[in-house]
Amino acid sequence: MAQSNKGTNNLVSLPALLRRNANTFGSSAAFREKEFGIWQTWSWAKALDEAENFALGLIELGIQPGDFVAVLGRNRPDLYISMIAIQMTGATPVPQYQDSVADEMEYVLAHCGAKFVVAGDQEQVDKILEIQSKLPDFEQMIYLDGRGLRKYDHSKLHSFLSVMESGKNSGQNSRSILKDREGALTYDSTCVMLYTSGTTGRPKGVVLSNANIIETAKTTCEFDNLTQSDEILAYLPMAWIGDFIFSVGQAMWSGFCVNCPESADTLSTDLREIGPTYYFAPPRVFEMQLTNVMIRMEDSGRFKKWLFDYFMEHARQVGANILDGKSVGLGSRIKYFLGELAVYGPLKNTLGLSKVRVGYTAGEAIGPEIFDFYRSLGINLKQLYGQTEASVYITQQPDGEVRGDTVGVPTPGVEVRIGDNGEVYYRSPGTFVEYYKNPESTADTKDPEGWVATGDAGFFEEDTGHLRIIDRAKDVAKMSDGSMFAPKYVENKLKFYPNILEAVVFGAGKERCVAFVNIDLSAVGNWAERNNIAYSSYQELAGNTKVLEMVKEHIEEVNISISEDKMLAGCQVHRFIVLHKELDADDGELTRTRKVRRKIIGEKFKDLVTALYDGSGSVYTETEVTYEDGRKGKISANLDIVDAQVINQANIAAE
Amino acid sequence: MLSTTEGYMTPDGRQIGGVVMEMKNITLKFGGVTAIEDISFDIHEGEIRAIIGPNGAGKSSMLNVISGFYVPQQGEVFFRGTKRAQLKPFEVARQGIARTFQNIALFEGMSVLDNVMTGRLTHMKAGIISQSLWRGPAEREETENREICERVIDFLEIQSIRKTPVSRLPYGLKKRVELARALASEPKLLLLDEPMAGMNVEEKEDMSRFILDVNDEFGTTIALIEHDMGVVMDLSDRVVVMDYGKKIGDGTPSEVRNNQAVIDAYLGVSHD
Repeated sequence: MAQSNKGTNNLVSLPALLRRNANTFGSSAAFREKEFGIWQTWSWAKALDEAENFALGLIELGIQPGDFVAVLGRNRPDLYISMIAIQMTGATPVPQYQDSVADEMEYVLAHCGAKFVVAGDQEQVDKILEIQSKLPDFEQMIYLDGRGLRKYDHSKLHSFLSVMESGKNSGQNSRSILKDREGALTYDSTCVMLYTSGTTGRPKGVVLSNANIIETAKTTCEFDNLTQSDEILAYLPMAWIGDFIFSVGQAMWSGFCVNCPESADTLSTDLREIGPTYYFAPPRVFEMQLTNVMIRMEDSGRFKKWLFDYFMEHARQVGANILDGKSVGLGSRIKYFLGELAVYGPLKNTLGLSKVRVGYTAGEAIGPEIFDFYRSLGINLKQLYGQTEASVYITQQPDGEVRGDTVGVPTPGVEVRIGDNGEVYYRSPGTFVEYYKNPESTADTKDPEGWVATGDAGFFEEDTGHLRIIDRAKDVAKMSDGSMFAPKYVENKLKFYPNILEAVVFGAGKERCVAFVNIDLSAVGNWAERNNIAYSSYQELAGNTKVLEMVKEHIEEVNISISEDKMLAGCQVHRFIVLHKELDADDGELTRTRKVRRKIIGEKFKDLVTALYDGSGSVYTETEVTYEDGRKGKISANLDIVDAQVINQANIAAE
Repeated sequence: MLSTTEGYMTPDGRQIGGVVMEMKNITLKFGGVTAIEDISFDIHEGEIRAIIGPNGAGKSSMLNVISGFYVPQQGEVFFRGTKRAQLKPFEVARQGIARTFQNIALFEGMSVLDNVMTGRLTHMKAGIISQSLWRGPAEREETENREICERVIDFLEIQSIRKTPVSRLPYGLKKRVELARALASEPKLLLLDEPMAGMNVEEKEDMSRFILDVNDEFGTTIALIEHDMGVVMDLSDRVVVMDYGKKIGDGTPSEVRNNQAVIDAYLGVSHD
């Protein structure tokens, strides 16, 4: 195992990489952000200058090595630069999810004892002020956007600019302190601490060292040939390991440019303007894009619709093969070229994906139709499998070996083995140091030899060597008749329908499976519009009999496909409810990365689960909801329970 | 005499300056109808001044008198200490007064950005020829003005609809675009005619936030007409209450709330 004690050419920390970049390609773009309608550029030289000044400013404010600094806000160059500056001072950045509510943040900030906070705007500042009395270690806060903060007490509050200014004017003393502290950084010093989203229990602080991040960035940049000329759009939460690896680790290593959108609402416009060459999105984003395309094609003229259908049909047949470099007949190639001119090219341009050379999706299983759609357009979309504890990468798909149902081969430098219970274990240079202040969990997850349990069940395909993930290892359970219960497998199949946003399947220890379904408001809303179905709210649409009918059809199709797999035939959904509210992270039903928390949902909607099993036709329920500003309210509804047809197997006795 | 009027301190600790505009004994008639009868009040620098009253009380007429669109038959308007002569609309705009309308008055076919840019018209000096040639000063001028507009767009968080034609926007956003256009002219005094009419709760909250932010960030004096009592009481520093063209109350929100004449006007009185 590459347990190197120093990196290449003494590049042992991110500040060192920043200095190298400023020296080698100082004038080229390091960051861009759209502000006031124009893309503003930070060159590498300017980024280094700002990072130094901000680090000096932090020293003036009294930051000490080993301190933790929370960074919260949307993706902005200043925040990325501040993370490097924090590292320069020997402290550790702890990026936070910007949509976390104050309570969630309280736990994390108190756990790491954050002394400083760098906040994006008034919204974030307010959250910290709300909980500051419960944060004994909290000392100073720095904000980027001063709007609305004029009247705030500025004894503990500083603007980013003023801190940089004070750093710029600081004396020789601070400068020599900075030099010493930066010089003291080693390959083993802590680079960043990221809190896991916590599908179960409290979030855990994953400590990652410089070696973890830099080694991972190095091998993966080589794997996909990422170079200084690449462009990336940074729009995923900064608290997520993926964003840290892509927008900080790999960007620092290969020196490519990180572009930050103007606001969340302008994302699609900004994506189109930048045209990234390296692009990452969770399946949800691809799904939404595809749904939007389909909705707009439904609304378009007859000729355009025909043209789209005609060429998309062709792309489905040959597009992916052309992308993989397999042999395709000349006629098909010419037709594909015409399609590129008429449909694929303009469509990719509209989506902002024209220039994508390497695209990745991960986090959840992606629907085969969705995956194939993008690949057939000629977009090199691949899958990877990873987690925070591995600095993202465990397996990924090499060019030319891309398939919808696997997650690829082990990333170079990563060892993967399958445990006796089917659980996936890995060991790699990117393997995390520890969970902060949590030796028991560290020991549970990482054994003395460095093998880490992923918690996922999977297996290697014998002929290709690709890894396939079935489900969370602990979610795979037995039904009362002893047959295998893999809820995620069923949920994913359901979620591949554009009309279904989220599904939760129950059935562990029971004799049959039941499901909760969330409809996708934009897709079903559009369908309702076309079919003259009036509705005034999500709840009303979700309760519409025609919608229930439609969901029932989807479920029955899924049942047919599940019944073909002997091992999982027991997982067919017998009864379901379309939920009256969208599952939401604010209510604790989803994690911040939008994975369903099956257990919590099962407890929260206990009455509904009971009703699904006791055979009643409808059920009345009241649910507490949390609004975005933290207030709570209640919604009540009468929900219909619908039976779905299941396919009887020989081994399932007659119903 | 006007400049001697002292400013005051608001309960939330904002320092309000002296009088910027004073209405003295204004009477406005349309033929035989008296829309406004002998009303006097003043607006201090930096305050949020609300005009409220039941339907037909003469609030919009009052706002039109302030903006100089209507000329009252009797009474005088003082602006910054001097008596104001009859003005053309562009002269009013040059004085630093901007307004929004009860019924949205935007250029529907133009983009949001172009609409906001029209707020800068009085600040543009280049002639028609140099503007159409797009050389030198005209180009520089447009760049400068565009930057001011972009700051307003950023301030009101309408970046995502910058290039969208106004006709495609929902009502609440149109109202916000109107506010953007008014702000683009960098007004000293901003007149808002029912900025929250027809909005849902969330849109109202957003708009209230923006009005407070405008006042706080740019120190703009704001006079607004509003029907939603909750909003008025939360936002404004002082309130004028009108009924049938007469002033029936004037003071801080809590004073006005306890004024018997105001309560009667809103709730009605029994005639027994």
